[in-house]
Amino acid sequence: MSALAPAAAPRVAVRPYLLTAPALLLFGTLLVVPLALTAVLSFNAFDHTTGVKNELTLAHYAAILTDDYYFTVFFRTFWMAGLTTLITVLIGAPEACVLSRMRNPWRSIFLLVVVAPLLVSVVVRAFGWSMLLGPEGPVNKALALLGLGPVRFLYTPVAVVAALVHVMLPFMVIPVWTSLQKLDPLVENAALSLNASRFTALTRVVLPQVLPGILSGSLIVFGLSASSFAIPGLLGGRRLKMVATVVYDEYLHELNWPLGAAIAIVLLLANLVVMLSYNRLLEGRYRKRLG
Amino acid sequence: MTRNGPVALAFHALVVAFMLAPLVIVCLVAFTPGDTLSLPTTGFSLRWFRAIFVHPDFVQSFWNSLRLAALAATISVAVAVPAGLAVARHDFPGRDFLNALFLSPLIVPHLVLGVALLRLFALIGATGSFPWLVLAHVLVVTPYALRLVIAAVVGFDRSAEQAALSLGASEATVFRRITLPMILPGITGGWLLAFINSFDELTMSIFVTSPATVTLPVRMYMYATESIDPMMAAISALMVALTAVAMLLLDRVYGLDKILVGHN
Repeated sequence: MSALAPAAAPRVAVRPYLLTAPALLLFGTLLVVPLALTAVLSFNAFDHTTGVKNELTLAHYAAILTDDYYFTVFFRTFWMAGLTTLITVLIGAPEACVLSRMRNPWRSIFLLVVVAPLLVSVVVRAFGWSMLLGPEGPVNKALALLGLGPVRFLYTPVAVVAALVHVMLPFMVIPVWTSLQKLDPLVENAALSLNASRFTALTRVVLPQVLPGILSGSLIVFGLSASSFAIPGLLGGRRLKMVATVVYDEYLHELNWPLGAAIAIVLLLANLVVMLSYNRLLEGRYRKRLG
Repeated sequence: MTRNGPVALAFHALVVAFMLAPLVIVCLVAFTPGDTLSLPTTGFSLRWFRAIFVHPDFVQSFWNSLRLAALAATISVAVAVPAGLAVARHDFPGRDFLNALFLSPLIVPHLVLGVALLRLFALIGATGSFPWLVLAHVLVVTPYALRLVIAAVVGFDRSAEQAALSLGASEATVFRRITLPMILPGITGGWLLAFINSFDELTMSIFVTSPATVTLPVRMYMYATESIDPMMAAISALMVALTAVAMLLLDRVYGLDKILVGHN
């Protein structure tokens, strides 16, 4: 975005700061300070009888790195988030293409059908999936008709990943759709008229142009899946813990806030690392194409 | 332009079924006359909707959420309008930093925000306070309001403002009579989007609510982890209906496709 006004009067220099002051106050008090406090808390020693102590320690981070339990939880979280991302790419990118080839009004209607569930509470959607995949649910009834025994989906990775894909699909369709809108259909037709096969036209002409959309979609999907709370909480149950549900346990059941804070900080850092390296990758691609 | 082949359309039908299935089943089960979660086979009944009203805690949470979302959306718009004007119209040192800061709640996981705010509230003795809960929600919904305000400010022609100024209107008058009406669709759209997001927020709220301030999504989450009966489906169906109404409003004032998939 660009500044539309030339800085005319000298008082203009003060004005933007005055205008942003309320927001800055809010974000300083409720975002920057709490994050800093939590980072400090994650280094505070903890005793199960006396609570948080004022000594500094690396014990919580050491526990996360060495304890098998936390390793399992982080590993599970990242592979499930990775799998969710992969499936959302495989479903979301073709779906965005199909949508962009439709004509109105179907195009607008189905775009809404695919994207609007985003606005429905995630608790409602998780609950819907627990009914769909339950032992008496329609999926198991359909399997029974095919002569397949009841399959236990609930509290397995299948249920969690299915619901995550459902929640995340709009975040993939939106950026791919946006980059498809910028794409000139004539270029694809030109490739086809020059005797490129449909497959070649897709992989050599369309795909490179929507790749930035796919990459930015994957980024959002991975980040949100890795930190998702309601879906593993309601569909993963007590045994299939993900990072967010473990943090919740540490805070509200174990009352070990420093350890919970350390896990949350590790999650935040892991998210940032993934995002930054993805950005690097994106920039590298652009540079290659431009240079 | 290439058309969709039969394979593409079959794939599309599956995706649409996948997206709608959990919402449809929730709305159907809500009308079951039976005692268990099952699709109504013998007839439709409203008994589980009536059951909600004999659970005062759910009704209380609903009002909590409604009040919270209305307050948070209003304050977030009041904060986002000046900030959006500053970011979109002025070039000043730190502008990019401030813009990134104000949008960062979209990137920081809500889990981390919840944990961080719980620590702050515990230290300043604000645990379970409703006003601080409102401010926490303002923080997470301001980016949504800000984006729409900035889009509205960037997209409008300033000649009307300049004409008014050159005709001797005061700056306050110009803001009230010209700027504000012109960015009003962005403001209303931002308010509604902020409202919906605050009303649905679970992950941060679960850390910073107390029994007296529990919001509807938190109450539903707690209830669903312990026991599941068709009342959950009835509440969920009401939530779906409420979201649909909010979406219709959003579509009227701003255009749903513009909000969901950006400007094109």
